[in-house]
Amino acid sequence: MDSNLKKFILRLADDSMILGQRLGEWCGHGPVLEQDIALTNIALDLIGEARNYYAYLASVEGKKEDDYPMLRLEREFYNCLLVEQPNGHFGDSIIRQFLFDSYHYYILDGLKSSKDETLAQIAEKSLKEARYHLHFSGEWVLRLGDGTEKSHNLMQDSLNNLVEYYEELFTPAPFEVWCMEQGYCPNLNDVKDKAIGYARQKIEDATLTWPTEYFSRTGGKAGIHSESLGFMLTELQYMQRAYPSMNW
Amino acid sequence: MAIQNLETHFQEKVDQEIKIEPKDWMPDAYRQTLIRQISQHAHSEVVGMLPEGNWVTRAPSLKRKLALLAKIQDEAGHGLYLYSATETLGISRSELIDQLHSGKAKYSSIFNYPTLSWSDIGAIGWLVDGAAIMNQVALCRTSYGPYARAMVRICKEESFHQRQGYDILLTMCRNSETQRQMVQDSVNRWWWPSLMMFGPNDSESPHSAQSMKWKIKRVSNDDLRQRFVDMTVPQAEILGIKLPDPELKWNEERKHYDFGNIDWDEFWRVVNGHGPCNKSRMEARIKAHEEGEWVRDAAMAYAEKQAERQDVQSKIQYS
Repeated sequence: MDSNLKKFILRLADDSMILGQRLGEWCGHGPVLEQDIALTNIALDLIGEARNYYAYLASVEGKKEDDYPMLRLEREFYNCLLVEQPNGHFGDSIIRQFLFDSYHYYILDGLKSSKDETLAQIAEKSLKEARYHLHFSGEWVLRLGDGTEKSHNLMQDSLNNLVEYYEELFTPAPFEVWCMEQGYCPNLNDVKDKAIGYARQKIEDATLTWPTEYFSRTGGKAGIHSESLGFMLTELQYMQRAYPSMNW
Repeated sequence: MAIQNLETHFQEKVDQEIKIEPKDWMPDAYRQTLIRQISQHAHSEVVGMLPEGNWVTRAPSLKRKLALLAKIQDEAGHGLYLYSATETLGISRSELIDQLHSGKAKYSSIFNYPTLSWSDIGAIGWLVDGAAIMNQVALCRTSYGPYARAMVRICKEESFHQRQGYDILLTMCRNSETQRQMVQDSVNRWWWPSLMMFGPNDSESPHSAQSMKWKIKRVSNDDLRQRFVDMTVPQAEILGIKLPDPELKWNEERKHYDFGNIDWDEFWRVVNGHGPCNKSRMEARIKAHEEGEWVRDAAMAYAEKQAERQDVQSKIQYS
């Protein structure tokens, strides 16, 4: 397998893995029992999706699926910065989720026609789940954006803070450029047009304002992360690092 | 009908194994007992998410992480059915949650013990869910319809959790001595608290007789505890784990295992708020509830706005 394609698959996997891990932190602490269940459900879907990508790579490289999330170093993770941002309050997690879901849904939709059949199959399966995620987070953007004055202000602040991480999702890394040329990855500009169009409309419906001036942050796709990823990996990898080579 | 006749009629139905349904007449004490018991059960499911949630981010493999997340999600679901079953008795979920947070309502004391290692997650599945199932299987035949039906569904999922917990421990015990010792340490810590889950001895359980008469409770605390011990000892042998009770031995005459005395001082200490995690569990629940207030308020405000908009829409449509 070409190293560009490998990096691209890891990128897809790491986005879902890291966001799933973040959502797992909500488990038992949600604002309402129903939402606790919903966030856990999304975590299950995302980690399940990541597992499919890791298992695919493992079969190609003769490794184990857990080697990828549990034994790589921080600089070897290619997830975007958005998904590793701390949970914050429920509104922060919803905005983070919504921005990711808008990208995730459309990239999976494009990946259905990937030249790589396994990727296309994983995308087909995950797309159904991503549609539900986008619906869920979009509904909460509406409720909280157009709820009370307090919720509206909190959501606007969350959006202002997190929008900085949005465009990285659509800014192709060199390995993605290669994958687009080879027909493995859909054109990220097309994904961007659809995703941003959808997201901005929903934000407007929620009576929120899409920020006009912000600095777009990048680095995740090159393995240069925010400080928080190291702490996440410390927890994620704790058992495998403390007890090397054991089965659980 | 006079109250006395109503009570007689009620008891006849119970005796004939006819389920009591929400709209049926029932003695107030029966209603209050059920509210206390079912809500306590619901709170236990919800508080029980915390010790297990403690290991979600650190689970040793993706397979185990997913299984743990799914298990905790099931428990949240059990909390939901049980709150709903309690609501059929004329009390709201928010009142029940307030009772939990004020300390008026209790939850199972087992969740006031800490999960200190990964094998504690296996031990909770095997022992804690195992003990809970003993109780819950008996409750599938309880006299109050909504509670009995919730229990049938819950039991199916709990027995799956128990097998999953046992599988965690079996995998560890078969893999290495380090892991087997970790399991032994977990079992040493969880065994006695699990036996305490069945509550005080029958001779010390004042409400039991009335609950048995109303068929809310179908099997006594001591009988359930004995069933649990009898079921668990052979499973521990397969694991190669020693249960931490020097008095535990098969009694050929009784055809049951004899076991040592439970430390009831510890039991009451934890019930009365002095277990290792009582404070942190309640703080976590109250924090989640308080921090979620603006979210619940916004959802209500949005729902009201939507209803108004629909109202205006339909007036325009039909004017």
